[in-house]
Amino acid sequence: MSGILELGIMLFHVMVVIIILFLVPIPFTWMERKVAGHIQQRLGPMRVGWHGVLQPLADGIKLLTKEDIIPDRADRLLFKIAPIISLVPPFAVFVAVPFADNLLLSDMNIGLLYILAVAGLGIYGVIFGGWASNSKYSLLGSIRSCAQLISYEIPMGFAVIGVMMLSQSMNLSDIVNAQADTWNIVYQPLGFFVFFIAGLAEAQRVPFDLAEAEGDLGAGYHTEYSGMRFSYFMISEYLVMLTISVLCVILFFGGWHGFLLPLPPLLWFTLKVGFFVYLFMWIRFTFPRYRYDQLMSIGWKVLFPLSLANILVTGFFIV
Amino acid sequence: MEVLFFLLFAAMATVAGLGVVLAKNPVYSALSLIVCFVQVAALFILLRSPFLAAVQIFVYVGTTIVLFIIVIVMLDIQQALFERFIPGNTLLILAVPLVLGATMLPMLLGSDKLAALYTKSQAAGAQLEGTTAELGTALFTQYLLPFEVISVILLVALVGAILLAKKETR
Repeated sequence: MSGILELGIMLFHVMVVIIILFLVPIPFTWMERKVAGHIQQRLGPMRVGWHGVLQPLADGIKLLTKEDIIPDRADRLLFKIAPIISLVPPFAVFVAVPFADNLLLSDMNIGLLYILAVAGLGIYGVIFGGWASNSKYSLLGSIRSCAQLISYEIPMGFAVIGVMMLSQSMNLSDIVNAQADTWNIVYQPLGFFVFFIAGLAEAQRVPFDLAEAEGDLGAGYHTEYSGMRFSYFMISEYLVMLTISVLCVILFFGGWHGFLLPLPPLLWFTLKVGFFVYLFMWIRFTFPRYRYDQLMSIGWKVLFPLSLANILVTGFFIV
Repeated sequence: MEVLFFLLFAAMATVAGLGVVLAKNPVYSALSLIVCFVQVAALFILLRSPFLAAVQIFVYVGTTIVLFIIVIVMLDIQQALFERFIPGNTLLILAVPLVLGATMLPMLLGSDKLAALYTKSQAAGAQLEGTTAELGTALFTQYLLPFEVISVILLVALVGAILLAKKETR
């Protein structure tokens, strides 16, 4: 009986996290459009609600009522499941994320490795979606994202090794608690630099958004998608961005530990994550996109050696 | 409970494995391979080695199959569909694995070492309970030589792959 009760409580917690994650993209889309507007000296959405706060709701209704178009000669099965494949991993990642002290779904021994492993799976939605669309632009988008993923997953994984070495653990709670006095950013500025850039690439954000590159590929891998299936891709993109922000905060910026102001841990965590989400948007509307060859040479010739050097230097300091 | 989960994962892994071989379209083969690897990762968790499970997903599902898919997508699939991987008699191709399987299965099931292995792994699992630190210590003390030998072999393979892929510039 207690087993069933435990299971029920666990399911309830999972449901709460899922609902929060489904709601998160709503303020994000509004924020993104407002940030875009103000950076480009316009106002952004203003018509629906106060300063356009209801705009995401209007967008949602629009997407829901749009026709779900499946291109002729597309691979129907893969075309249909690709958005769902891209949607599941970003949710699965949050199983291991500690939001505050003891506020997490599962305290995994290998939490960090789990997050990196599962976050990498979202790419399959992009790959299959692009391939199944039977369109040149989509296919080019998905091939680009394949190459990009392989080139940036490695520096990303290596960049966090420095953090693991410092905290002697892959458990995310341990990593955060090891930063109670000094945040890892003090010891690992290079690690953070590499991680953040690789994270931008992993989240397919400007300047690394070659998979959708609206300038040269139409809309990249989701050119042929419309309606709800398109919005699945959008939701998953925002959640990946959230994942990278959360990882930056947990690994390098002391997780829920605050400084100066004694705010509640959860609030500190949210504020820091919010800052990184804003940083992502800020970068999007400030930098131009890299070319494909530049993308490859940055990944392999700059970030990869830097991440190796970071491990070496950290090792010297620890020993 | 655990046995039920094992049966579920094992059955799905087998079905997905069949899908890899039987699927007409190579992209579906790759998809089946992903499913198969994820199920194997789940089996590792049942065996109480979450580290192996995460590495399985990270390395195989996360990266290796992406490389496969790049190659598959670059090929002209419509043409590849009509090309048979193994030319020859279908009956013969089916008969060889069937005979091999039929002889191996009784041997495997009749062996008392299998049962011993099962109880042993249960005991070992209870001991280890997924500590990455212990795995690392074991790799760098007890199994240092095999570990280093493997890394050298991998390096040689990498250099060999680059040599093979490089075009002659003379």
